Amino acid sequence: MDINLTLLMQAVAFAAFIWFTAKFVWPPLMHAIETRQKQIADGLAAGEQGKQSLASAEKRIAEMLAEAKSRSHEIIVQGEKLGSETIEAAKTEAKVEADRIITAAKAEIQQEVARAKESLRNQVSDLAVAGATKILKREVDAKAHADLLAAIRQEL
Amino acid sequence: MAAGTELTPTEYIQHHLTFLAKPVGEGGGFWTLNYDTFITTGIVGALVFGFLWLVTRKATTGIPSKTQAFVELTVDFVNEQVKGIYHGESKVVAPLALTTFVLVLFLNAMDFLPIDVMSWIYEHVFNQHTWRGVPTADVNTTFALALSVFALMIFYSIKVKGLGGWIHELFCSPFGSNPLLWVFNLLFNAVEYLSKPLSHSLRLYGNMYAGEIIFMLLGLWAATGIVGAVLGGVLHLGWSIFHILIVALQAYIFMMLTIVYISMAHEHH
Repeated sequence: MDINLTLLMQAVAFAAFIWFTAKFVWPPLMHAIETRQKQIADGLAAGEQGKQSLASAEKRIAEMLAEAKSRSHEIIVQGEKLGSETIEAAKTEAKVEADRIITAAKAEIQQEVARAKESLRNQVSDLAVAGATKILKREVDAKAHADLLAAIRQEL
Repeated sequence: MAAGTELTPTEYIQHHLTFLAKPVGEGGGFWTLNYDTFITTGIVGALVFGFLWLVTRKATTGIPSKTQAFVELTVDFVNEQVKGIYHGESKVVAPLALTTFVLVLFLNAMDFLPIDVMSWIYEHVFNQHTWRGVPTADVNTTFALALSVFALMIFYSIKVKGLGGWIHELFCSPFGSNPLLWVFNLLFNAVEYLSKPLSHSLRLYGNMYAGEIIFMLLGLWAATGIVGAVLGGVLHLGWSIFHILIVALQAYIFMMLTIVYISMAHEHH
């Protein structure tokens, strides 16, 4: 265990290795490590941001969905109301129309009955005249018995 | 064993504990260099830091390769330790901690190479009769590291507090600034300053040296016969596995103490 020149030489070698490490090994490795740390931190931050924006987008979607649901519900209710109103109106109109048609038909029937009665009356009076003529074997003077005939017609 | 001749146990251990020490220049005494320690450190350091450098050259800020991820894991581990202890501004402390950790870890890890196999390789491939493969089991290495840290400690003390502030602290803390207490303060600080590099270096040296010795003793036992070989082999395996913990732990402790000492130098008392 002699202390000799080796000590100095080893110290010089040690110093050389320190210098080499401090100059060529440490800086690039630390640079790589620190840059990668920054990249990872940035990536994590970006991921966090993405998560947050996703959450807010989901919230907005939920809001929009709820709004759309309530709107559609409203529209359906409105539509149903409109539909029932339309049906009601159509029913009323149809009833009015039907009444009108029925009334018109009744009036026409009455007219027709009156007209039939009139023609029947005329025919009966003619028949009566013809029958009377045959009975009397002579011409009944229509003009002379006009008021008579009219009276009979009235009785019929 | 490496020489192929019969060795006594003492000779065996002495052989394994002999550095390839050669005088430099006119040499002798202090001017001797342990070539094995120095060259092994150079090769291991070049391989390890070369590997780190290759990884940084292909480093990407995007998805890292498995190698890059592993290296980054180590770097980040060291960085976290430094951040937790050191609150100064120096940009050198973190790379220094990484250098210390990686270098000590791999110099310690040389201990995993089986001592007698390596000895044979050093002898027959590299033609070196004596070669110690674990630089951190050489007290010169651990003192070199610890004293470098010590020098940085002094440097940062002066840099942060100013020369006057540092000297003032030497005399006036921890007991107070009364002139009567100056001597005691100085003594206390001297002990503290001395004990730091000593414990820093000797802890690592002791652990690695003892680990090596135990491998040698188990090797000696394995040479005694078939029972010794089996038991020695089993214990060798066990000690190797336990040694993984020691190697990593000592590297970690060495790094932590480096950070702690330097951050203590930044503190005002």
